[in-house]
Amino acid sequence: MDSAKEGSLAVSKIKCGTVIDHINAGKALLVLRILGIKPGCSERVLIAMNVPSKKMGKKDIVKVEGKYIGEKELDRIALISPNATINLIDEYEVSEKRRVELPSTVEGILTCPNKNCITNSKEPIKSKFHIRRSGESVRAVCHYCGRKIYELDKYVV
Amino acid sequence: MRFKHLISIDDLSRDDVEYILNLAEKFLRIAKGEERATPLEGKLLANLFFEPSTRTRMSFEVAMKRLGGEVINMTAQEASSVAKGETLADTIKVVSKYADVIVLRHPLEGAARFAAEHSDVPVINAGDGAGQHPTQTLLDLYTIKKESNLKGLKIALMGDLKYSRTVHSLIKALTLFNAKIYLISPPSLALPEEFLEEVRSMTDVEEVNLEDVIRDIDVLYVTRIQKERFPDEEEYFKVAGSYKVDAEILKKAKKNMIVMHPLPRVDEIDVSVDETHYAKYFQQTFYGVPVRMAILYELLLEKFEI
Ligand SMILES: [Zn+2]
Repeated sequence: MDSAKEGSLAVSKIKCGTVIDHINAGKALLVLRILGIKPGCSERVLIAMNVPSKKMGKKDIVKVEGKYIGEKELDRIALISPNATINLIDEYEVSEKRRVELPSTVEGILTCPNKNCITNSKEPIKSKFHIRRSGESVRAVCHYCGRKIYELDKYVV
Repeated sequence: MRFKHLISIDDLSRDDVEYILNLAEKFLRIAKGEERATPLEGKLLANLFFEPSTRTRMSFEVAMKRLGGEVINMTAQEASSVAKGETLADTIKVVSKYADVIVLRHPLEGAARFAAEHSDVPVINAGDGAGQHPTQTLLDLYTIKKESNLKGLKIALMGDLKYSRTVHSLIKALTLFNAKIYLISPPSLALPEEFLEEVRSMTDVEEVNLEDVIRDIDVLYVTRIQKERFPDEEEYFKVAGSYKVDAEILKKAKKNMIVMHPLPRVDEIDVSVDETHYAKYFQQTFYGVPVRMAILYELLLEKFEI
């Protein structure tokens, strides 16, 4: 791996926190949205976009300083970037490394494109999708109306 | 029971379906009024119809009353004023304190599944927009079982195969029974490609013309082609005219072939068919009663496992 070189090229190391690497190029901001990190939040966040990568051609990297993000939240990233890897950093060292795994269901992350779906009404309801994978393609099925969506990143809340 | 609510035919296994159809058979004489029984005495059904469907509402009412139960109704007009004032979630919470079972018809897809999440009592989906209408599918299957045979079935579905939820649900259910399915429709109203592929992976399915299969099929299931689906009236009359059934074409059919239709019909089945022994669509509608009796009985009296 050449991530040390790539990393130093793009952004400085963090002392402790979470590094999300191998994000599909251009999806870094969507990753932050999925993690609920919005403008005005208190986290220190470093973003690198379109970093050259041997494996992916181009990739994005997100580093969140001082915060270990939970597994469940991180797995949501798999919806838009199935190859993403997670490094938990402690005292500038990687203390844990893992890949994201597709969750079987997600709530409140995707919106249903079906205008007649109960999730798009005034009812007190959170969207809920079942995630299905067949080979390389991932689709989400609305728990309520059954509508299938394929390009998941278009439907992130 | 195997389930607490009846929301979608997709939630049922072949075993579940056969169980309900067998139970319906036991209620047939009571449904006809030839025998009396009151196992649901003291139980109350609430019909919540947020859009009108007199036929379905009456069928549930008959089923409940034939088993000794009682019915309260919220009409579409009342429902629409309720809907302006409060959420469906709140309406369901209130009504589920009054009634022992809720029958819901609602214009939004997924409404019944959502309602079930807020209800203390069983919810039966009586149609949610373009979504599900499982009791229709079950009564279709019961009709086939009674008047034809679910085993080794060859069935042709004709008409609007693109938008008809009745057709989509029935096709899914028929795959459970490995039926041979023939599809007959104008190209613009064909079964959606993705759905067709899904069905193809589960059972034998083919797009054909009626002429090609009329001698071979056990069931001809006809649905309405709606005028709204066509850009202009002329086009509609031209297309719809070629997807009609009359007594003439039925002369080529097997003696025991049956014609079904979810009703109401416009003119896709000529009245000349009504007098033939092929016509089973009025019988089909009636079979909704024993099927709904079976479902009510099961949801209200049997212990369910979640
Ligand atoms: Zn939906």
